[in-house]
Amino acid sequence: MDLTTLKYARTHEWVAADGDVATIGITDFAVKALTDLVYVDLPSAGTQVAVGDNCGEVESVKAVSDLYAPVSGEIVEVNESIADDLDALSEDAFGRGWLLKIRMANPDDLDQLLSRAAYEEVCQAEEH
Amino acid sequence: MSDETLLQTVFHDWHVARGGRMVEFGGWHMPVQYSTIVDEHNAVRNAVGVFDVAHMGRLQFDGPDACRFLDHLLTNDVTKLQPGQVRYSLVTNEAGGILDDVLVYRLDGGYMLVVNASNREKIVAWLEAHRSGFGVQMTDRTLTHPMLALQGPRSVELIRALGCEQAAAMKYYSVAPAIVAGLDVLLSRTGYTGEDGFEVIVETDAALSLLGKVCQAGESLGLQPAGLGCRDTLRLEAAMPLYGHELNEQIDPLSAGLGFAVKLDAGDFIGRDALLAVRDSVTTRVRVGLKLDGRRIAREGATVVIGDEIIGEVTSGTFSPTLEESIAMAYVDRRYSDTGIALEVDIRGKRIAARTVDLPFYRRPKSN
Repeated sequence: MDLTTLKYARTHEWVAADGDVATIGITDFAVKALTDLVYVDLPSAGTQVAVGDNCGEVESVKAVSDLYAPVSGEIVEVNESIADDLDALSEDAFGRGWLLKIRMANPDDLDQLLSRAAYEEVCQAEEH
Repeated sequence: MSDETLLQTVFHDWHVARGGRMVEFGGWHMPVQYSTIVDEHNAVRNAVGVFDVAHMGRLQFDGPDACRFLDHLLTNDVTKLQPGQVRYSLVTNEAGGILDDVLVYRLDGGYMLVVNASNREKIVAWLEAHRSGFGVQMTDRTLTHPMLALQGPRSVELIRALGCEQAAAMKYYSVAPAIVAGLDVLLSRTGYTGEDGFEVIVETDAALSLLGKVCQAGESLGLQPAGLGCRDTLRLEAAMPLYGHELNEQIDPLSAGLGFAVKLDAGDFIGRDALLAVRDSVTTRVRVGLKLDGRRIAREGATVVIGDEIIGEVTSGTFSPTLEESIAMAYVDRRYSDTGIALEVDIRGKRIAARTVDLPFYRRPKSN
């Protein structure tokens, strides 16, 4: 996966757009910050979400983090196997660890998201 | 609080160099983890881990009235302690509320208290305020005599590998001067993990040398540096209370299930009258263990409910790495404190089925 082809939210979600369908996950940085994942809760397919809506939870031994919709639209698919295979998330956050697919209501939402370089700056700032 | 105003132990730069993720804890800048909480937790359960516990307060007491003074301030019976013995105790206020939970060591000369980092200043002030009339000197050794904890089933092997043969024969909750790795230390068979282990107090100048030798000798034993993250999951499995969670000034030791450390019939101490009244009444809430269905964690503040009735509140919870279950400690209405009561925990608006279970959640296998 070429990480520079993805878009990123400040809240550590990544977005891979293919036509009007966006695949959503959480980034390597988020996975590393959480570590020791214990639980993932995702909404069901068919749910409508707007940018910034809560659309799930990722819980680790240390803390629970909300997942926020980086784009608006309808959730058309969720990664049903992730709850029983959290290693997929920690080992392959950008691949097998994907969480949701959203059919975008407004593909221009993507323009509001960050490039990889801009996202890495956000992460560096958070580390200090 | 900014990082600059935090206290640092003598091991601080070592933690940073080892990749420790540093956080504020009790006014100190401490490592929460180096690798992952679960890895470090498992190292302590299966091999051995080394913790920096120099942030905890170490107070030394000397003088002819040291025993009488501590007996007046601690709920346990200090007069019964023989040299080399260690006891768990509470410090309570006049109302019986818990000011701190401590270990008291009887040494050959005087006594030592090990107190929580977050309570050290409060306890020092409390002891000072009650010192008049007693022939006792108190010396705060926290900054001059740091402490490491070596915890896990291979901790005896580790200490023997450091040239200290007496460790294997030491009883649990005993303390003795010893030579470990060629350094003069105060060695106790104590800890906060539910595992066999030792705590080692050493002079500041020798502390980094000790840690270096511990790591070297521990390499072949599977030793890992262990942070506060796994310290919390380990103590929770062992159902050891943590001040600020299971214990505070509004909670008395009997409700907290710590009656074993309260000797109401062995002389007066501050808080005794209040605790006698608690003993003779029916306390409303008591500390229990919970196991939850599924993997969600019930964290501090989550309410415990049966039907529409709120019957209690969670004080600590985690996903137990050893049991691979969601566990929590809570205070619940005494009527629902028996083992096996079905109830629910409200986790961020979702009700999760749970049941009361016996404490501790984890008990280490008996060694022969």
